[in-house]
Parts: sequence; structure tokens; C-alpha cells
Amino acid sequence: MFLGQTLLDSLTPPVKGERILRQIWFIGWKSMLVIALTGTFTGMVVALQGFPTLRRVGSEALLGPMVSLSLIRELGPVLTALMVTGRAGSAIAAEIGIMRSSEQLDALELMGLDPLRYVVVPNVLAALLALPVLTVVFDVIGTLGGYLVGVRLLGLNGGTYFGEMSNYVELRDIWGGIYKALAFGLLIGWVCCYKGYHSRFGAEGVSAATTQAVVNASVLILVCDYFVTSVVF
Amino acid sequence: MIRVENLWKSFGRQEVLRGVSFEVKQGEFMALIGGSGGGKSLLLKLLVSLLKPDKGQIWVSGRDVAVFSRPELESLRSRIGFVFQGGALFDSMTVYDNVAFPLREKTRLGEPEIRRKVTDELELVGLRGAEHKYPAQLSGGMLKRVALARALVRDPEIVLFDEPTTGLDPVVSRAVLELFGAVHHRLQLTGILVSHEIPRIFEIVQKVAMLHEGRIVAVETPERLRASPDPVIQQFVDGKPSAQACLSGGTGLR
Repeated sequence: MFLGQTLLDSLTPPVKGERILRQIWFIGWKSMLVIALTGTFTGMVVALQGFPTLRRVGSEALLGPMVSLSLIRELGPVLTALMVTGRAGSAIAAEIGIMRSSEQLDALELMGLDPLRYVVVPNVLAALLALPVLTVVFDVIGTLGGYLVGVRLLGLNGGTYFGEMSNYVELRDIWGGIYKALAFGLLIGWVCCYKGYHSRFGAEGVSAATTQAVVNASVLILVCDYFVTSVVF
Repeated sequence: MIRVENLWKSFGRQEVLRGVSFEVKQGEFMALIGGSGGGKSLLLKLLVSLLKPDKGQIWVSGRDVAVFSRPELESLRSRIGFVFQGGALFDSMTVYDNVAFPLREKTRLGEPEIRRKVTDELELVGLRGAEHKYPAQLSGGMLKRVALARALVRDPEIVLFDEPTTGLDPVVSRAVLELFGAVHHRLQLTGILVSHEIPRIFEIVQKVAMLHEGRIVAVETPERLRASPDPVIQQFVDGKPSAQACLSGGTGLR
């Protein structure tokens, strides 16, 4: 019901464009560094782990496709979503929880402003829009991280790394990753806002809401990942 | 102006309000007193439909609030200013933006007009010069003043004060209450003030309603309430807990 009302409010005017942009900046832009770091090292470790295995079966040339497909289809969307949940989702839940606890949501309502429309909708829409972009950044930087390890460190030919990648990566892989990112963005926005919105009063209530938001969103991301994977790929 | 009839509200098995009735006439300033956790703040939230009663009616300007449509409820709320216990100011906004917020969001006034109104309200509550401060940079007394300015900025007919002096020292508390009294007198607002500041609030209100065990046990002028022979009222007005309550940790009211 909470999600349904939020989506309905998202589609009907007035839409708070300025607040959505501010939240995109907060969820998207401010997560960029952590996503870049996570992406780099994830790509590097996939290459480092994958290279010896592929060499055992004489398929080192497939390192590029292995790194990029792992990132695009699975690791990129999931790890991006988990990082955003930890960095921005927790902050969203805490902020809304504090607004509930300090009666700021009641104050909005008494001013004739719908707290769902004013506070929740911008966060859900921002998460929905930011996650695909962050996921693409993760994928690209992760692929470059894999290149660093595979080509610069382990001696694979650079042309082979990217050439094989273009042979194996299809458009539907990329779209599949984007669909996952959209689903996770909606899920993060929904769960974290819901937990903050229904937070109990006081520091303990806000703390519990924040913890539940992160734990529930993280678990649901992994559950949702299975179902989206089974439908999309 | 405000009439409450036989209002009931429970949470689970706990009956907080058990048939509350009272009336506040136009231009009247009424204090609502009673023990902590007795449902005073709850009553204010019921008046503005932040919560729904289990039973009973609330009439504002002769109309039953329960049958209001959403636009009608918004229109009613635009006529009511609410000063929350903790101020409920938006942390991310300056004092100026907090006070300007209802005007920017709910009126079509231009920025020059908004600036004039906000400046006037801040002048009224003695906070000219604090426009650029954030709530975290304000003292408790200043927070309450900003909350009052925000509540008044849309020229409400009714102002509800939910324990506005909680957490303030006696000097600031007195100053804030005097300010509320002066504002009420100057603007001829209808007001309900929930407070434990007895006897200070008796100096600024015309009548006092006492809530005890979920019911209004007295609605009197401050003078008559002080003179009431009822031991429950006397106990609360004098602030003397019963020995039994002291031992059990209760409110002290029998």
C-alpha cells in the first residue's frame, strides 16, 4: 500500500523536481567514489581469481568476457545496490525516522503537504534513477580494473581482453543488468523510506529503523536478484 | 469555535481518552492541564485530524471535522497554527526558510511579499537577525519562537500549543509564555495551550480545562480553578503528589 501510494504520487503532479535532483545528487553523485573503488577492486579480484582457472583449461583469452559478464549480469547491479543501501539507504531511513520522531512529518501534514509526496517520492525516484547509472559506472570501472590485473599484471594481450569481450557481451546482458539495477533502486527507496516513515519514536526507534532498513533491503536485493535473473536472462 | 463532544481514543487495551468534552469560543485562550501521559497532546492531534478518534465529534467553526474531505481538511489546517513540543523545525533549513516554507509551498505569494511577512513574524517573536541560523544553532527558547513564527505566518485563526515550554529554564519559559499571551492578545486568536507551567499559564489564559483519567474534570477560569475544593485539582495546581503516588512513581493524582 505504501509503495502503491508512493508510485501513484510519483506519477501525478505536483512533482518536486528540485527535491528529486537534490536526492539524485545525494544518492547518486555522493556514492560515486565508493562505487568506483568497489568496482575497481571487484574487477581486479575477478580477473585475479579467473585467470589461473582459465589458464588451466587453456582459455585465458576469455578473461575479458568473464570479467565483463560477471560484472554486467551479476556483480555490478548487486554490489552497487548493496553499497548504496549501506551508504545512502541507511541515511535515508535515519533522516526520515528523525523527521517522524521530531514531528517534522506531522508539521508537513499540518501545512497541507503530503509527507509521502514531499519526502518519500523524491527518495524513491532518485534511487530508481541513480542505481542504473551507478551500476554502469561500476561495470565500466570494474572492467578496467580487470584489464589492469589481466593485461598489465598477468600479461594477457590487451586486444584479446577487449576483443573477446565484444564477441561475447550482448545487448541483452547489458539490458538485464539495467533491469536489475532499476528493480534494486525501487527496492532500496521503498524499504528504506518505509522503515524510516514507520520508525518508532526516540533514538532507539530511529536506530532500529535504520538497522532494519539496511538488513531488509540487503536481503531483499539478493532474493529479488534470483527472481529477476530467472526472468531476464 | 472548537467544540469537542464525548471523544474516545484507545491504543490497544489502553483507553487514553474516555468521553472528553469541552468548548473553546472564538478569541478565547484555554489551557489544557493534566498529568503526564494523560492524553493532552493526543487531544491536540485529534483536533487537527492527525489521528482519528474512536468515538465522538470534533466541531470547528460549526462543522464536524470527521466528515471533512481532504481539500476541506487542508483548508481547515491552513487556518490552524500548531506549535509542536520540540518545535518540529526542518533541520536542513535556516530560520528564514522554515518560516517562509508554508508560504512558498501553499500560497502564490511572490518572494518580496514572503520576505515581508517572514520579517514581520520574526520581528513579532523578537528574532530579527536570526534569519540565517539553522535550528541546531538556536537555543531552546529561540526554537520555540521560530516555531511560533512559522505557526503564525499564514495568519491562522486558531493556534494550538503542545507543551511549548518543555525543556526551557524558568526565565526563558516565562518569556516564551508571555510572548504567547501577548501574541494571542494582539492578534485575537483562538488558542489551546497544553502546558504544565502552573501557575504561570494562569496569567495568560481565560480558562483552564483539566484532563484527568481520560476525562475533563473541570473547565474553569484560572481564579475559580485555584479556589476549587476538589482535592484532585488542588493536588495538581499545588504540585503536591500524594504519598501513595510518590511510592508507586505515578503522577500523584488520586
